Amino acid sequence: MKYAISDALIITKRQLMLLVRVPEVLIFSTIQPVMFVLLFRYVFGGSITSGQPGGYVQFLMPGIFVQTVAFTLAGTASGVAEDMTKGLIDRYRSLPIARSALVFGKTLGDSALNIVVLLVMGLAGFIVGWRPHSGFLKLLFAFIFLLAFGYSLSWIGIFVGLTARDARVVQNVSFLVTFPLTFLSNAFAPTTGMPRPLQYFAEWNPVSTMVAATRQLFGLTNKFGVTAGSYPSQHPMVMSLVYMVVVMAIFVPLSVRTYNNSAKKK
Amino acid sequence: MKSVLAEHLIKTYRKGHVRALDDLSLDVEEGTVLSVLGPNGAGKTTVVRILATLLAPDSGHATVGGINVIEHPEKVREIIGLSGQYAAVDETLTGWDNLVMFGRLYHLNQKQAVTRANELLERFSLTDSARRPIKTYSGGMRRRLDLAASLIVKPKILFLDEPTTGLDPRGRQEMWEVIEELVKGGVTLLLTTQYLEEADQLADDIVVIDRGKVIARGTSDALKRQVGGEQLEVVVDQHNIQATVEIVARVSGAKPSIDEGLRQISAPVSSGAAALIEVLRSMDSAGIHPLDIALKRPSLDDVFMSLTGHVAESGPEVEEPKKRGGRKS
Ligand SMILES: Nc1ncnc2c1ncn2[C@@H]1O[C@H](COP(=O)(O)OP(=O)(O)OP(=O)(O)O)[C@@H](O)[C@H]1O
Ligand SMILES: [Mg+2]
Repeated sequence: MKYAISDALIITKRQLMLLVRVPEVLIFSTIQPVMFVLLFRYVFGGSITSGQPGGYVQFLMPGIFVQTVAFTLAGTASGVAEDMTKGLIDRYRSLPIARSALVFGKTLGDSALNIVVLLVMGLAGFIVGWRPHSGFLKLLFAFIFLLAFGYSLSWIGIFVGLTARDARVVQNVSFLVTFPLTFLSNAFAPTTGMPRPLQYFAEWNPVSTMVAATRQLFGLTNKFGVTAGSYPSQHPMVMSLVYMVVVMAIFVPLSVRTYNNSAKKK
Repeated sequence: MKSVLAEHLIKTYRKGHVRALDDLSLDVEEGTVLSVLGPNGAGKTTVVRILATLLAPDSGHATVGGINVIEHPEKVREIIGLSGQYAAVDETLTGWDNLVMFGRLYHLNQKQAVTRANELLERFSLTDSARRPIKTYSGGMRRRLDLAASLIVKPKILFLDEPTTGLDPRGRQEMWEVIEELVKGGVTLLLTTQYLEEADQLADDIVVIDRGKVIARGTSDALKRQVGGEQLEVVVDQHNIQATVEIVARVSGAKPSIDEGLRQISAPVSSGAAALIEVLRSMDSAGIHPLDIALKRPSLDDVFMSLTGHVAESGPEVEEPKKRGGRKS
């Protein structure tokens, strides 16, 4: 359908308009990660030995960035669940628009929110001493990489939002998934101190490969324990890309189909 | 030509445990208004969602504007407007934002979308609140905006699912005026309602449904005849009862029933207000002052009583106001 892309962009624009009309959304999406920056930088940071030149904050920021985009899943999911309960999805589905338009538009809109959040995070990091020194291009590439990761996760969010029975459950379920993933990883501390089995989990964890890839792009060296030499430790960028492609390959068709068949829940 | 045609629709939920539509058929002639009248859980929303291509029936056949809703849903969506049971507009955006966005999604360009939004806001008396977020709107305003959103491209066929449920009498009156105007403009309308009065006011034809089945169909007059039409009720002083009964009996042509305790005399009347005036005149010349006099229209409950012999039951999802004791079934 010739309108598929322009329809999706109209939905994206609606997502962005929400940010203007309800600035609280943006404020709360950034406050939490900023608090994490402060917490880890000043409270835990002193007792974590990262071995990075420039101190713990260099090590921390990639972890915070990845964690922030990982929460896109929860954001997208609860937005979709809310539209479901309010019957908005029914209205969209009765319009003569491409049925993929809504889901594409939503995921793009949430990515646009991520751009703003990442910029605020970067600024907050800079204030507390984060200084990437790999050059502007690599920095830009790292941010695009992060956005792509968030984008692929928001497709899982669409699926969760469409299938959840209750909008209130969605937020909890999403956090239940994203919290262990972000903490059982190399995001806040090197994995070298973890028990062996956890180290294996942590190295294959997509959050870890994303963090390792981002660190590489910021010009840092990653350290590994028992898993040194494993594929994800050697090629975090390729591995992360593989994860994104796999997630999208599964969840784009699945979410579009679920959306087309979705019935409103009361 | 039949603008809407549904034949033998069956729809079950929960793997067949809930039978929402049970061999339901209905049709709407082009340019007319059909009202689907039924209590909570009768299957009104289900039938509207099937016709609006949002839900596939388990079996049966349906066309809208001559197009099969299951085979060509995308073509159906181009000619229909839908206003669902719960106003489906974006709460955080303003009324204007909503209408412009939906206009754009109907592939108007920005300028056309803005013009149309302004037109509709004006027509639905929402211009003053156009720039406020929907969450500050009253129920009636929300409903009107929702209806406006379904009229952006002037649909030929319109589905309204309980357009006035939850509105106060004034809001309901306003909504009726808007709908009547639309119907004058030539739109074909299928509307669901729980109020016989609403069906009476707006519809050419009525189908009454209960538990997914059509239990009666016909014009509102035919239906009311079947139910017994309007009821005249007069309350008088004790010593005037006898004289009043005679007057009421003469006007109504039926034998009035008398409630001695309430000192109320009631009888079915076919000529409505004229009968009321006639009774008042006769009482006046006999020097009797009524303490109360009213025309009672048959309600959905009366329709149900006479059609099925039981009162309308609520669907399982409806919470009863009083949670005392067990649930009647
Ligand atoms: N998604 C669903 N899952 C299970 N049962 C459902 C679902 N939707 C509707 N039902 C059931 O199907 C029956 C018909 O529901 P429907 O919503 O069509 O009734 P309705 O006439 O619109 O009622 P109301 O006046 O309350 O809006 C009810 O018994 C309802 O509980
Ligand atoms: Mg309903």
